[in-house]
Amino acid sequence: MGSDEAYNFVFKVVLIGESGVGKSNLLSRFTKNEFNHDSRTTIGVEFSTRTVQLNSFTIKAQIWDTAGLERYRAITSAYYRGAVGALLVYDITKHLTYESVERWLKELYDHADPHIVVMLVGNKTDLESERSVPTEEAKDFAEKKGLLFLETSALQSTNVEAAFNKVLEEIHKKVNSKEVVRGSINAVTLNSSRAENEENKKPCCKNI
Amino acid sequence: MATDNRINFWRRNTKVPGSVQPVYGAQHPPLDPRLRRTYPKDPKPKFNNLKSKKACSFHEFACSTNDAWDIDDEEDDNFCGTPFPTSFTPSGQDSTLSVHRQKLQHETGETERVLPHILTPPRNDGHNPVDDGSECEGVNGEFVKSSSDADISTSSVRASLQKQQSLPVRPIIPLVARISDQNASGAPPMTVREKSRLDKFKQLLASPNTELEELRKHSWSGIPREVRPITWRLLSGYLPANKERRELVLKRKREEYFGFIEQYYHSRTDEHYKDTYRQIHIDIPRTNPLIPLFQQPAVQEVFERILFIWAIRHPASGYVQGINDLVTPFFVVFLSEFVTEDVENFDVAALPLETQRNIEADSFWCMSKLLDGIQDNYTFAQPGIQNKVKALEELVSRIDVDIHNHFKKYEVEYLQFAFRWMNNLLMRELPLRCTIRLWDTYQAEAEGFSHFHLYVCAAFLIEWRREILCMVDFQAFRRTVGKRRVFRCDVTVMKHGS
Repeated sequence: MGSDEAYNFVFKVVLIGESGVGKSNLLSRFTKNEFNHDSRTTIGVEFSTRTVQLNSFTIKAQIWDTAGLERYRAITSAYYRGAVGALLVYDITKHLTYESVERWLKELYDHADPHIVVMLVGNKTDLESERSVPTEEAKDFAEKKGLLFLETSALQSTNVEAAFNKVLEEIHKKVNSKEVVRGSINAVTLNSSRAENEENKKPCCKNI
Repeated sequence: MATDNRINFWRRNTKVPGSVQPVYGAQHPPLDPRLRRTYPKDPKPKFNNLKSKKACSFHEFACSTNDAWDIDDEEDDNFCGTPFPTSFTPSGQDSTLSVHRQKLQHETGETERVLPHILTPPRNDGHNPVDDGSECEGVNGEFVKSSSDADISTSSVRASLQKQQSLPVRPIIPLVARISDQNASGAPPMTVREKSRLDKFKQLLASPNTELEELRKHSWSGIPREVRPITWRLLSGYLPANKERRELVLKRKREEYFGFIEQYYHSRTDEHYKDTYRQIHIDIPRTNPLIPLFQQPAVQEVFERILFIWAIRHPASGYVQGINDLVTPFFVVFLSEFVTEDVENFDVAALPLETQRNIEADSFWCMSKLLDGIQDNYTFAQPGIQNKVKALEELVSRIDVDIHNHFKKYEVEYLQFAFRWMNNLLMRELPLRCTIRLWDTYQAEAEGFSHFHLYVCAAFLIEWRREILCMVDFQAFRRTVGKRRVFRCDVTVMKHGS
């Protein structure tokens, strides 16, 4: 590791979920501490980073955000590559967005690393009066599926830090426990990355 | 709430994301079976774990998390630590940031053909003029010399873009503020040149049978605001060139559109269409969130109708996010015909109902025509976009090999940044008035929205070459290029004098 090394790990985390649940604002809240009432639809992929301290380690969290719309899936499935964490977001006031969670999980497991750390996130708790997804129900589902769970409000900044930090912690635990064979969790350390990169130069998109 | 039902509800077997109905009637050739395959789980993305070689840029970058797209963002500091670079025109003039700053330096004073070797159509016909030994000084990005005409395909770029550098720096204008230009009240009076151009247009438009070729030729360099609505209708093929036929055709098309509304719009609550409608419905408020005009319920409903009807009439793609942006320029231009003050604050309810309806119908038809040429951008797997991005890469590899190699070195994929450029036709990167000006040229060109747009993207990329070459981190690149405020877009377009 070089002398200008300022972080120990880079963890790629993806935000997934239906259109309009608040993924982009969760991203901006965590990485810039901003919330934008006038945000536009996400086109393609956006991402942002933030470096956090976990115990004595410096973790650079690279958070990816994409449109919830199905049509982009072909372009953005490359988006899951190398992700070690995922926040699966729904809107607590729109039950339909919660109903899609199972579909999103399937897509996640189809495309991403099997060891990926997943947190189910019920966003928009500031709109408690319009709630249509009971906390307990979602919590039970998460437990059953082995997912972490939190409810957040990007608008009020409630639990946003907690959600991301928890995911990063769990990723770090997994990395440390060496449960995972090096290479199946990618993008973890900086040094081993280059060798793997060289081998697999061409992403699938380039082959069409 | 029926909790039991809900518990079981989400467990039912519904379609997975990414699984889409078969494509019917798409304009592209049969899909490559490889596109349907689930993407393999490749290892990490290419740009991950890139460390900056420069301590200053890395530290500054790591400390700053300022890289999500945000309309309200202030101008970024140059994260390399140096003052933000001004124009890198060969003349060394300071200039404001703008797009289309392809330099036109040519000793003899003739207008230079820029990007000459992008003469091969993006799809490789097997013919590559670069190999014919002609000069191409694209390396420093300053200018490229023209090759001989012999190898030029008919669909080649015949002109170049040059920015006017004479005006002082303006304050940063958010995406939408100044829609009106020279003829708006309070704006400076027209120059002699502008007046003569307007007269020329008026002359062309006065003829009983508009010479469309002539009109295209003049439109290439920009259409005067006053005649833009009618010119756009003519160039798109919506309005007939023959003056006598126009009233009848317009009446018929407008009635046809409202016939669709009557026939189909109610079905937006049907099982089959409600997802489409829902997506449109949540996207409209997010389309032009900072322009008061587009917060008016009447306007939002217009957009919803236009997009819904278009989507159900085009099942090959349906509605895709990005298409919503494409309505905006037409709507604004057609509205501007009736508005003397700033369009963006105008209350559409002040217009007679028939006028409102005409604007809506015309926007629908013109947008449809636009989309006809690029529908494969939005069909399953978006092959149009994928092809265009590949073409962009090939183009850049020929006209600016430094940038291309830089991307290769740092494993930046063009798709990562150019996707949105193609999907939204650079509308997210440019102020609305620049888009409108750009569309003057696109509509004057054959296949302007697909073919010419490619070259504009290349020019856009090369615009930032200095920043790009300074960067060693893909995110930093995205952060810079994706967010640069373009606050001037006076584009003077000069046709190659050949």
